[in-house]
Amino acid sequence: MTARVSGLIGALEMRGIATDAEVTAVLERFLAAAGPSNGARLVARAWIDPAFRTRLLADANAAIAELGLDLSHWAPVELRVVENTERVHNIIVCTLCSCYPIALLGPAPQWYKGEAYRSRVVREPRAVLREFGVRVADDVEVRVWDSTAELRYLVLPQRPPDSDGWDERRLMQTVTRDALIGTAV
Amino acid sequence: MSFAVGDRVRTSGRDPAHHYRVPRYLRAKTGRIEAVHAAFPLADARAAGDPAAPIETLYTVAFEGVEVWAGAAEPNTVYHAELWESYLTRG
Repeated sequence: MTARVSGLIGALEMRGIATDAEVTAVLERFLAAAGPSNGARLVARAWIDPAFRTRLLADANAAIAELGLDLSHWAPVELRVVENTERVHNIIVCTLCSCYPIALLGPAPQWYKGEAYRSRVVREPRAVLREFGVRVADDVEVRVWDSTAELRYLVLPQRPPDSDGWDERRLMQTVTRDALIGTAV
Repeated sequence: MSFAVGDRVRTSGRDPAHHYRVPRYLRAKTGRIEAVHAAFPLADARAAGDPAAPIETLYTVAFEGVEVWAGAAEPNTVYHAELWESYLTRG
């Protein structure tokens, strides 16, 4: 992989499109701003502000722009936020490779890119969830969303019980990266 | 042929030699249009380096677990895939 990346950067330099230093600077700028606190902020805001929640579920790209966040760094990417309820549990995968909303969650965990997760969660999501310690009752529908280069997903988890009156910062601290992928609640 | 949310659709059973975004487990299966997205360059043509790749509408199609995995399916599960218009016919 390293050799292929070096080859690509070499080709870009040779054609005068970009230098190694320029590519590195763009990546560093992107990764410095990318992390799960962005996703947690979206979720906490949606829990507090019903109008924002409605906008987030209807047009996530426009809603995250309100908070100064953007997914489309190199090419247009559509973001869709899917909501967990008493009746529905959502879980995200990229069966083809490792498509993931890096801007909102930071770099993907190793297991997300692994063949075991990518092949099994499609066929037996409930068994995979049990291994993550999440038991989903049979009467709750499990929805698996397969991300692509064109479309990324983020789960809006259920608000924790007994969190009435909590402010955005306190709510943010309850949101884990895995809950935004759907492998935790 | 374009589709609307709620339409029943059937995926193509084709098995082309090139890059193709209908996984084998979804071929010749019936699902429901769950969302209609923007139009994007067809991944098959783009992967082949075709600069004139056709721009096609992308759909999220929902498939019931039993439709895809038959008797091996877990209860009450739905799988969603992003599929291009030319992969689909009315189901």
